[in-house]
Amino acid sequence: MAMTPNSASSSAAASGSADSSASRRNSKRPKYSKFTQQELPACKPILTPGWVILTFLVISVIFIPLGVVSLFASQDVVEIVDRYDNDCIPAPARANKVAYIQGDGDKSCIRNLTVPKLMKHPIYVYYQLENFYQNHRRYVKSRSDAQLRSVRDENQISACKPEDDANGQPIVPCGLIAWSLFNDTYTLTKDSQNLTGQNLTVNKNGIAWESDREHKFGKNVFPKNFQKGNLTGGGNLDVNKPLSEQEDLIVWMRTAALPTFRKLYGKIESDLQKGDVIHVNLKNNYNTYSFDGKKKLVLSTTSWLGGKNDFLGIAYLTVGGICFFLALAFTIMYLVKPRRLGDPTYLSWNRIPGGR
Amino acid sequence: MARCRRRRLHLSNIYAFKGRKSTFQEDHSHIGGPGFSRVVYCNEPNSPAAERRNYAGNYVRSTKYTPASFIPKSLFEQFRRVANFYFLVTGMLSLTSLSPYSPVSALLPLAFVIAASMVKEAIEDWGRKRQDIEVNNRKVKVHDGNGIFRFDEWRNLKVGDIVRVEKDEFFPADLLLLSSSYEDSICYVETMNLDGETNLKVKQGLEATSSALHEDSDFKDLKAAVRCEDPNADLYTFVGTLHLEEQRLPLSIQQLLLRDSKLRNTEYVYGAVVFTGHDTKVIQNSTDPPSKRSRIERKMDKIIYMMFGVVFLMSFVGSIVFGIETGEDMERNGRWYLKPEDAEIFFDPERAPMAAIYHFFTAVMLYSYFIPISLYVSIEIVKVLQSVFINNDINMYYEETDKPAHARTSNLNEELGMVDTILSDKTGTLTCNSMEFIKCSIAGTAYGRGITEVERSMAMRSGGSALVDDDLDVVVDRSGPKIKGFNFVDERVMKGNWVKQREAAVLQKFFRLLAVCHTAIPETDEATGTVSYEAESPDEAAFVVAARELGFEFFSRTQNGISFRELDLATGQKVESVMFERLAKNGRKFEEKTREHVNEYADAGLRTLILAYREVDENEYIEFTKKFNEAKNSVTADRESLIDEVTDKMERDLILLGATAVEDKLQNGVPECIDKLAQAGIKIWVLTGDKMETAINIGFACSLLRQEMKQIVINLETPHIKALEKAGEKDVIEQASRESVVKQMEEGKALITGSSGTGSHEAFALIIDGKSLTYALEDDFKKKFLDLATACASVICCRSSPKQKALVTRLVKTGTGKTTLGIGDGANDVGMLQEADIGVGISGVEGMQAVMSSDIAIAQFRYLERLLLVHGHWCYSRISSMICYFFYKNITFGVTVFLYEAYTSFSAQPAYNDWFLSLFNVFFSSLPVIALGVFDQDVSARFCYKFPLLYQEGVQNLLFSWKRIIGWMFNGLITALAIFFFCKESLKHQLYNPNGKTAGREIFGGTMYTCVVWVVNLQMGLAISYFTWVQHIVIWGSVAFWYIFLMIYGAIAPSFSTDAYKVFLETLAPAPSYWLTTLFVMIFALIPYFVFKSIQMRFFPGYHQMIQWIRYEGHSNDPEFVEMVRQRSIRPTTVGFTARRAASVRRSGRFHDQLKKNFIAF
Repeated sequence: MAMTPNSASSSAAASGSADSSASRRNSKRPKYSKFTQQELPACKPILTPGWVILTFLVISVIFIPLGVVSLFASQDVVEIVDRYDNDCIPAPARANKVAYIQGDGDKSCIRNLTVPKLMKHPIYVYYQLENFYQNHRRYVKSRSDAQLRSVRDENQISACKPEDDANGQPIVPCGLIAWSLFNDTYTLTKDSQNLTGQNLTVNKNGIAWESDREHKFGKNVFPKNFQKGNLTGGGNLDVNKPLSEQEDLIVWMRTAALPTFRKLYGKIESDLQKGDVIHVNLKNNYNTYSFDGKKKLVLSTTSWLGGKNDFLGIAYLTVGGICFFLALAFTIMYLVKPRRLGDPTYLSWNRIPGGR
Repeated sequence: MARCRRRRLHLSNIYAFKGRKSTFQEDHSHIGGPGFSRVVYCNEPNSPAAERRNYAGNYVRSTKYTPASFIPKSLFEQFRRVANFYFLVTGMLSLTSLSPYSPVSALLPLAFVIAASMVKEAIEDWGRKRQDIEVNNRKVKVHDGNGIFRFDEWRNLKVGDIVRVEKDEFFPADLLLLSSSYEDSICYVETMNLDGETNLKVKQGLEATSSALHEDSDFKDLKAAVRCEDPNADLYTFVGTLHLEEQRLPLSIQQLLLRDSKLRNTEYVYGAVVFTGHDTKVIQNSTDPPSKRSRIERKMDKIIYMMFGVVFLMSFVGSIVFGIETGEDMERNGRWYLKPEDAEIFFDPERAPMAAIYHFFTAVMLYSYFIPISLYVSIEIVKVLQSVFINNDINMYYEETDKPAHARTSNLNEELGMVDTILSDKTGTLTCNSMEFIKCSIAGTAYGRGITEVERSMAMRSGGSALVDDDLDVVVDRSGPKIKGFNFVDERVMKGNWVKQREAAVLQKFFRLLAVCHTAIPETDEATGTVSYEAESPDEAAFVVAARELGFEFFSRTQNGISFRELDLATGQKVESVMFERLAKNGRKFEEKTREHVNEYADAGLRTLILAYREVDENEYIEFTKKFNEAKNSVTADRESLIDEVTDKMERDLILLGATAVEDKLQNGVPECIDKLAQAGIKIWVLTGDKMETAINIGFACSLLRQEMKQIVINLETPHIKALEKAGEKDVIEQASRESVVKQMEEGKALITGSSGTGSHEAFALIIDGKSLTYALEDDFKKKFLDLATACASVICCRSSPKQKALVTRLVKTGTGKTTLGIGDGANDVGMLQEADIGVGISGVEGMQAVMSSDIAIAQFRYLERLLLVHGHWCYSRISSMICYFFYKNITFGVTVFLYEAYTSFSAQPAYNDWFLSLFNVFFSSLPVIALGVFDQDVSARFCYKFPLLYQEGVQNLLFSWKRIIGWMFNGLITALAIFFFCKESLKHQLYNPNGKTAGREIFGGTMYTCVVWVVNLQMGLAISYFTWVQHIVIWGSVAFWYIFLMIYGAIAPSFSTDAYKVFLETLAPAPSYWLTTLFVMIFALIPYFVFKSIQMRFFPGYHQMIQWIRYEGHSNDPEFVEMVRQRSIRPTTVGFTARRAASVRRSGRFHDQLKKNFIAF
């Protein structure tokens, strides 16, 4: 784009006569200023070939390295994803998974994961749910922020219906979100080359955002009447721990944007070597079967960019490439079909019907 | 219309004889009857009888609102707009539990927008209110009952009060003139505010009142009653009787001093208040101009309806999906976490259809972001600012009369850029309406050596085809000291030489007549002793000045000082043929010669007047006076005809003296302006009251006509019709005339079709006179007439009445469906101005009526060029870009909201925080678009002039075509898709930052919103072509403001900011992926538009883009190149001197060869 300063050319005559009449009092003559005469200095960019090509080149020059860096960052991340919702149901019960999950039996299940590559600590443990509409309006609205924050407001449960009270007593934390708290649990042990059955501690501290812990969930608000209704939803809470320390709940209560989402379960504070086998002893409690949801366990390291997601890197590279290609294409177009200034058909106003 | 009226006043002024006998005519019997019920008890306004009448006070209100009515009335005005009403409904619905967002976040922007519009209304009204306060609190001396006059405010005046008005004061109400400082109780009145005429008018009180009342104390015991007509709007009649001491005296307009006129040349007057406040004639006369809406706005309404359609469709689709998914929850306990078995109606799977219907309303609320809530208010603000620019344009300021342009309404700014046909008055619009005495014919000899512009252009016409560059300056500057109204050069009569002429006696009589027979009022400047004249019509002033310059100075006037008769043929034209018939047998001495000269003068575009005289002996005079007075004092409807009858008897057997010729000069710059407008492809029609020859000549002078144009003349001057007229059978004449007109029209049409068939570039001009127009405008033939007229390059309608002007305007407006602009300066143009899409009033000599009923007032015709080509084009391009952009940004925003819905199973959960949603239109995207509407210039003013055809962009509505609108909407859709899907992919699984945190809805919403704000603002940067500091501030400011807002909002306690609490500082800003996503999405979303614009700019540029290229490549200073581009880039113009020159070049056959050479050169 060409940035040519405006020379305010047409103002010369007007400004000259402006001075002479300044002395005339009560004149209705408009006062001259560049502003009122719409002659402010301005740059008037035009998409000239030079600017178009330069723009595309600059974009590609910036985007391609960014893409490479992002892609490397994503490639550095080691991720283990294990879908267990189906496999963790004993084969005989698979005909009616919902009945199984709602039944009382032991739902333990063991999963074995092999570490494909060195995973440096911290390693994050996530659960991933699919086809779970945490962003459904009825669900999102069904909570009481006031109640979570302070004991005084524990009766503010109007938004929580139908999970607002149990036998007339307010439920803390109330609402559908808390009620449907995810309650699968994972216990991890590791078989490395020389040692078997090492316990892998999953640290659950600091998995929630600090602002949530500090400002949204009260330090002296304790669960009350939770999961006491006639129907049990998801997980239960330790009535002796204040909400601000119930980080699983805090993470769960920050509703996900999309129906497929991961939530942080905990951190492993030690490295995992390539070839290590991790035994996950999980309690498959959570019902995703009635709505065909999937459950996955994810172990992942992070990079400066976050988790494993090639999208940004590929997108940057692609667009950088496209821009480079466009720069070439425009160069060729401009060379092949230069604008002929004197071309009469080009500058004619042919669209006017009729010649009169 | 104006002329007739003027003539009426004229007569009454002159024959203001003293001591006339009051005779009661029949019409006064009306008094007391219906329509004549008003009774005024003079000097006892507080008497019980007066109070029973309970007439309105003198308080005048011109405001649209009162403090009490402001809120309801202006609210009503706002919600009459369909979009605002829609937002009101959604606002109301948001109070119910249907609402997807908090009610306050929906109602606040609406309140903001409505409040902004109302503040604008209030400010406008406050201006009027201040004026009212000033007027109502003016002081006037009022009789307090004991012979003492005290000052009181105007608003306290009551009907029946006696007031004393001093020199140069305005009359506070309609007053009955009782007496004045003059013996004969006359007074002079300036009626500028009423009819815009600057001359003084004489009013005279009744002798019965003037004889007794001379000073303040005389009023102590005055008792009188006035019975008169009810308040009405007729400024020129008044019927009433004065009951004074058993006498019943007739009252006429001659005794009525109208509010808003000014006392002049008179020390003081006493008057009784007859009409007060809103009953006064001037206020009865003021009507609101018809409100006009621009085409663009009407089209915008259509877009809004379309958007409603889209919103309802999306809601409908969403509701169906929602209904189905909700219904499915029933089976197998479905999404148990939603507790479907225990849901209220909105989510109840058992009543899924019902839930879907409720959901529909929720969705309509949520998708209301497709409709730009701030569109109307932004457009209003923009238009007001545009009007400020028009008003402040120094290039449209006329030094001589100290008048800047004045946009009286800001509704029509962009319409100025779309004018297809200009309908112009002639006198005072194309011409100055300042008459110059230039020639005369006395006793058969022509005097005066001046050359008129028309003659000059005629000379050029006949001078052949040697039309080179110098025909550009048709208007020649006259140097040297010049007397206004006098341009007569002839040594034979000047400097007293006329005595040496053979017919000196006739010359003397001629000049004496000029000096004496008129209604001008001399005003002697006491310091210098020079006399200046105030005349009703500029023609008269020219005569008096001419007489003075030739040695017959007129310097004072009293009521009885003039007993000569003037042959009042105000325009001379109408009755010319009659005039010759009236000459006495022995007075026809110079008839033939004079007739010849008169025709010559008319050919030269001059206004002619024939002078004759008659000697009257005393008896005859007394007889005449008596009869004339009787006629004059009658107050019946046929008073006019009575007066005519009497004067008719007098105006017989006249002896011809000669004729005068007065030039009505073309205004400065008119030919150039018409040429530019013609090059811009605007058609210009002239509608004039003048006779055909004059009109044609003016047409030539201003290049509307040229020699090789084929003139199609339609008139009824055929011998056949004339013969029929003599016979005088009305029906037969009508029938024959109609047939003749139709036949002529058909012939004309055939001529044109024939010519276009052969492919020649012949241009046609249609000239039609008023009589024929009557028939051509009949319903059956007007289509034919319009076809013919639109096929012609120039159209001139002569001798057309004000009504016909309005009818022609309406015909063009409705017949072609294009924008019409009416321009005129006189009262006779009012109909035309109001009928046209845009009425432009010339604030010139003829007064204020035209200006008062116009939409935009300018001082000179030539400013029309700047008004249309520069301001019109700018406003049009700005407003259309602005509206397109508005829909673009709202579609971008709305579609992201909609797409997110698809991922929430259409549960109407908004993607963004409530406040992000509601503030998008108000804060984060509104200022740049307003700046676009106010400041953007696709092409600078200089280039607008240089390439007038740029104007066609507006006429053909290229910048607001459906193609462009849909294109922008499509761009919005693409942008939204890019933003949504890339944000979604990039935040997939929401493994978000190096600390392994995942991100929820608030981060997804925040990232997407950041992208939207960036993209729409950068898009603005790409779309505009004029970057001043204002644009930089608003565009970058809007983006910066978004971040600032996020921080401030996030710092507020979580009970208010909910999920946006600390969202920027804690989660978004520290995460590199947030910034990388933003950068990627905003660049990617702009690439499609950038590619499109690069290709379009280079390979398919619009006209304004071509001009940008020319500017950029610096060819604008290469005159040869510019000339070539201009020649080639326009369709062949058929009017204007450029066309004339082009035609002459074409004739010489060199044109194409020359151009071909040029192409090769480039």
